[in-house]
Amino acid sequence: MTDAPMLEPAKADTSGRSQWWDVWDQFKTHKGALFGAAVFLFIVLAVTIGPLLWTIEPTFIDIRARNSGPGLAHPFGTDQLGRDILARMMAGGQVSIAVGLTAMLISVLLGTLIGVVAGFFRRLDGVLMGLTDLFLALPLLPLLLVMVMLFRETLSRSFGPEMGTFILIVSAIGVTSWMQTARIVRGEVLALKEREFVLAARSIGTPSRRMILRHILPNVLSPIMVSATLGIATAIITESALSFLGLGFPPDFPTWGRLLFDAIDYLQQYPERVFWPGLAISLTVLSVNYIGDGLRDALDPRIRGR
Amino acid sequence: MLTFTFRRLLLAIPTLVLISLIIFLLLDLAPGDPLADQPLSIPPEVRQKMRDALGLDSPAYVRYLLWAKQFFWVEPLVFIDWVTGTSFSEGMQRIVSWQFRAPVFDIIIQRLPQTLWVVGLAYLVGVLIALPIGIISAYRQYSWFDQVGTFISMIGFSVPPFFSGVLMIVFFAIMLPWFPSIYDTTLVVDDFESFGQQIRQMTLPVMVLALQTTAQLSRFMRASMLDNLNHDYVRTARAKGMTEKVVLLVHVLRNSMIPVVTVIALGIPSIFGGAIITEQIFKVNGLGQLLITAIYANDLPMVQTLAFIFAVLIVLCNLIADVLYGLLDPRIRYD
Repeated sequence: MTDAPMLEPAKADTSGRSQWWDVWDQFKTHKGALFGAAVFLFIVLAVTIGPLLWTIEPTFIDIRARNSGPGLAHPFGTDQLGRDILARMMAGGQVSIAVGLTAMLISVLLGTLIGVVAGFFRRLDGVLMGLTDLFLALPLLPLLLVMVMLFRETLSRSFGPEMGTFILIVSAIGVTSWMQTARIVRGEVLALKEREFVLAARSIGTPSRRMILRHILPNVLSPIMVSATLGIATAIITESALSFLGLGFPPDFPTWGRLLFDAIDYLQQYPERVFWPGLAISLTVLSVNYIGDGLRDALDPRIRGR
Repeated sequence: MLTFTFRRLLLAIPTLVLISLIIFLLLDLAPGDPLADQPLSIPPEVRQKMRDALGLDSPAYVRYLLWAKQFFWVEPLVFIDWVTGTSFSEGMQRIVSWQFRAPVFDIIIQRLPQTLWVVGLAYLVGVLIALPIGIISAYRQYSWFDQVGTFISMIGFSVPPFFSGVLMIVFFAIMLPWFPSIYDTTLVVDDFESFGQQIRQMTLPVMVLALQTTAQLSRFMRASMLDNLNHDYVRTARAKGMTEKVVLLVHVLRNSMIPVVTVIALGIPSIFGGAIITEQIFKVNGLGQLLITAIYANDLPMVQTLAFIFAVLIVLCNLIADVLYGLLDPRIRYD
């Protein structure tokens, strides 16, 4: 017990920092990942700082300038009500990325919790993995649609239409996408439990809670980070799919999926309107996937050595 | 192997019962009233009789058991009657859709061919494209073909079907009017002209769905081939003087196909899920579109039955994948 605080700082300043430098060095060699990170950073900056520079309100209706093509006043043109598409794209991006990040956080937290508990406590393993298998066998998209359909009204009433839908979609996506993380984490924990350092920690009487927080979790961090990155991509796609099916956010509240859905009605006259939100979704997902690819290589010590 | 299959089949039963219960309980929370669209002039006592007839006021477990009985007992009997012409199911109440006022399974049978044609063909096309791409990119690792293949499959992963589908419509239905953007279900194929029309209207949805399959499967095939190419038996085969073609297509391919076949089996249910969106884009009135309209119309028996059928598909394909893996790979012994 007295050894733990003495060991801990030593570990933190030698291996801790140099490990992350190693990871960064390896990450840099992956061209696609570096490019993906740059694109993702650009998109995040564009949707967060963009509205400060481009100050047209996304909901401002200028009915006389409706359906105008790209020009100086409206770089991406305007929609059927004369709302500026660039402003709507940025507002939509904020929501889509916020949904992606939050849903990813929920699913990774759930997945890690279940994976660690299942791997660490043998008695709960059967039950929790049974639960994971059950969730994997559920038809997820239909259930997501049903969940959104059922709880939209109730949550809208208590949190307002935007916030209510946000909470609903984020938790629905989080609750239906933790299974992969849980399985990976459980596998890693099971392997870790047989290692000598865990035995050593146990032999000096470390309680389970500290064992998990100090010895197990830092060692399963890399698979968690990779699945977190990929989780952002799936969450953004799922949210857009829900919006696309008309079961996402309310109509006047732009998200990329919603903009795409709205643009379909004008597909024949203004096909370019479909292009921007679709491109934004695809670029974001593509860049996040490349980041995940690079992270996977960078965090794997077997590859990093080469 | 046989005992393993039986054990898995037995294990699948409680899983499916639990899933159907979860779906039922979730739907039970639905606030909608199936009689809300009936005229207000109906007297309250008649309305009450209608509610009783639909069994709406009975407790949840009674309704669940009734649905389970209808799904697992009545509907199979109806199917047997339909095949053999007997009348076991006479007078039994079937699962009735609230929106169509007809048995749910009659409507599913009507919609099934469209989904099976489009989804099944798309999966087949996707597999047929993915396998050669995976083989070549593994054999020529880091060549330009491999790089392009990697990039295209990344795009296939990242471009969601609702964007790729719309893009296809913009390019191939509006700018170049080659293919129709709407799937016409009433088309009767009886001569070459209508057959050509059928092929044309299936092209776009099949392409969209096949892109997704190809992206995943070609990556998997490549990884599996790469795993096997470094094994000793490949060197032995080459040392014996076999041609590259035989080494690659007989020795390596057969071993690399083992995990790929199971992935193909596992992917079947997910393609049905992806088809929900694709059917919506191209207006294919298949099962996915049926589910969406049922959700919009608050048609709970239909949603319950369809969601459960999707679940059965998933469980069944998992089982098939496990069994196939055991059959194909002699190193795997389940017993």
